[in-house]
Amino acid sequence: MQRLKPVDVVIVGGGFTGLLLAKELTHRTGLTVEILERGRARQNGEYAAGMDELDFAIRLKMMQNLSQETLTHRHDARASAVPVRQYGSFQPGTGTGGAGEHWGALSYRFTDELFRLGSHMRELHAGSKSLENVYAADWGVTYNDLEPYYWRSEQMLGVGGKAGNLKGQKIEGGNVFEAPRQNEYPNPPHKRAYVTSVFQKAATESGYHPYPLPTATLSQTYKNPDGVTRAGCEYCGFCTRFGCMIGAKAQPTNTLLPLLANQKKFNLRAGSQVRRVLHTDGQATGVTYTDAAGNEFEQPARVVVMASWTLNNSRLLMLSKIGEMYDPATGKGTLGRNLTHQVSANVRFFLDKPLNTFMGAGGLGFGIDDFDGDRGFDEKAGLLRGGTMRVQSSGEGPLQGFGRFPAGEAKSTWGSEWKKAALKWHDKSASVAFEGSHFPYRQNHLDLDPTYTDQWGDPLIRLTLDWTDHERAQANMAIRVSNELVKKMGARQGDTRGLGKYSVTFYQSTHVQGGTIVGASPETSVLNPWGQHWKMPNLWAMGGSTFPQSDTGNPTLTILAMAYRTADALIDKYFKHPGALA
Amino acid sequence: MKRRQFLTVPVKSLGGLLIYTMAGEPVRLKAQEGDVKIPLRFFTEAEAKIVRAACARIFPTDENGPGATEANVIVYIDRQLAGPWGRDKYRYTKGPWVESVPEHGYQGKETPQEIYRAGLPKLGADFASVPPAEQDKRLTAIEKSQFFTVLRTHTLEGMFSDPLHGGNAGLIGWQLVGYPGPLMSYREQIDKYNGMPFELKPKSLEQMVGHKVAGWEDEKA
Repeated sequence: MQRLKPVDVVIVGGGFTGLLLAKELTHRTGLTVEILERGRARQNGEYAAGMDELDFAIRLKMMQNLSQETLTHRHDARASAVPVRQYGSFQPGTGTGGAGEHWGALSYRFTDELFRLGSHMRELHAGSKSLENVYAADWGVTYNDLEPYYWRSEQMLGVGGKAGNLKGQKIEGGNVFEAPRQNEYPNPPHKRAYVTSVFQKAATESGYHPYPLPTATLSQTYKNPDGVTRAGCEYCGFCTRFGCMIGAKAQPTNTLLPLLANQKKFNLRAGSQVRRVLHTDGQATGVTYTDAAGNEFEQPARVVVMASWTLNNSRLLMLSKIGEMYDPATGKGTLGRNLTHQVSANVRFFLDKPLNTFMGAGGLGFGIDDFDGDRGFDEKAGLLRGGTMRVQSSGEGPLQGFGRFPAGEAKSTWGSEWKKAALKWHDKSASVAFEGSHFPYRQNHLDLDPTYTDQWGDPLIRLTLDWTDHERAQANMAIRVSNELVKKMGARQGDTRGLGKYSVTFYQSTHVQGGTIVGASPETSVLNPWGQHWKMPNLWAMGGSTFPQSDTGNPTLTILAMAYRTADALIDKYFKHPGALA
Repeated sequence: MKRRQFLTVPVKSLGGLLIYTMAGEPVRLKAQEGDVKIPLRFFTEAEAKIVRAACARIFPTDENGPGATEANVIVYIDRQLAGPWGRDKYRYTKGPWVESVPEHGYQGKETPQEIYRAGLPKLGADFASVPPAEQDKRLTAIEKSQFFTVLRTHTLEGMFSDPLHGGNAGLIGWQLVGYPGPLMSYREQIDKYNGMPFELKPKSLEQMVGHKVAGWEDEKA
């Protein structure tokens, strides 16, 4: 193993958070920064010929290559897990920019009670049976702590939207249920597609409060405070699962990477998979990594920051034997606990007109939060918290869209009768999609798989995860409300998908969270509220792995806000007085 | 060494000769005569004929327009199977191999190449020459198999993917469903075509960007 020249900070992963931290460190300090990225190097502007639905939306060319590394899943601790051999209920990214290159760009703030969900649920539902085995927690970070960092993130991305709660004043047309914002969005909302207007009208007539989805695909040309200018969205529809052809969608390679181009003290090494965090006497000393050719290196560093995709932060700590493994039987240990995904449901509907669903952008649409959070409460249904419902025109070509028709139009799934129905109803449907917060449960957790290994022979991460009656109640509520909205739209109802057992056979969202969580106490969390390891002060982590529970809203904006806060803590506190910040 | 295999098809059967009017009516242009020999990358000629005939039943040519034959779906499937994807270069293929619950999806060891090689004999060596009703009967008999699932998915992909992958000949699939292809901008259209069809003769990715684009199947892995 070759030992490399020491650096001040080594960052594991070159995605949104890793590049964000590298940019802050190199622009504000004289520290040397090295990013180790397992995937290939990507540059800004390489997506011009990438408008191919097959390779990107179906074959998922930008995602992690599962032949090299995947994860295993089991529904409960009695079962043995099997590998997820092909995608997948979520789609981890790889390469420079990570999943931030192919995200849908929905840019939500979390609700303020989500940061103190533990005490909030105890106040509201003390003794409730539905809260048994729920590890709802307080983060040790409040919404007010994060508000300025949310604003920085929104400005950096250029998020477009309409404020619904400006300094406590409710504004119709925005999301009146959002937590109070200090500023209007940096950019206006997107143009509307026909189907999203139909939904908006039906939701308004039903007495709900539809709002344009906040999104980081620019609605107009925009220069951010870092001086990066990007063009407005052209609604080409090659968005989620694609890199943006013109850079209208905020991606790490077009917002952060350009700011690192001439930094002499910064280096990004692609094709470099970090295998272990090295440590002695409660201090991290660096990392080991393997390059694409299989050569092994040791990179010594004063500070190690884990910024890899959610599950990989936990896996790296487990492989490095740092911290105490969580044990669901005893409830002791912290590493691997509070694993959450997001609750989803889907109600398809058909209109008798062409919808041009190939036009759009990842986050183009309207949502309603009238049943989100505590507003979803329904004692009889066993429902404590609900979620959001949306209709989007996010860009869908015929590979994704062909073959849908209302029930009863054809009996077979192939042949002339099927073809006739599929052609008649092509491009005439959309769906009301539900996304809900997922409670952290005692039984859902991460550990290392005892059987299956990656390309280097290291154990895969194992998910023990299943839905409970609460999530099924969330989905059922969503289906009931969606069906009423479908009627209101004058549409014909199509397939409905609720929740059975957890399935890896269809995409739900890439919003897997937890495992390496922040918290107020080292008894129940791995990191202190700054993102610093409780027991190893020069080891830090960022990203969705640090979230004690998932919210309804998409997590990326909160991931960025937390990363900015961690960057400030490192620069303004830690490097001035190295040691534990809490 | 294996003899190079070709599939011979009449030119007039392929897409590009059928075009659609703005009203969506198919019009057949004057057919060219002669055959075209298509070099095969994975299938033997005998196998290709069976797959071609099966695709033609899954997505038939009928009074509702052209189908898998005109779109040259067989070429799409042949190239996908010959490429890294056909050899499972992007799927986790370490053992042990165990059966699991349906929520864990396909856990089989067979690669797409092997699924086809094992599945084709079930259709019968004479499949391409038996009457359509008999073909449908044989396809129905294997409808629940992994082979049929893959074959059906591939047929649709060959109908509607960009022609750079070998199918959707003459953009026939996109004309059939009124899809314009990878246009760079709908900024002026998205909020104006409200419930109205956006009728534009489709363009392929190569036509849009003005140079050749390689599919993933052509990359070494």
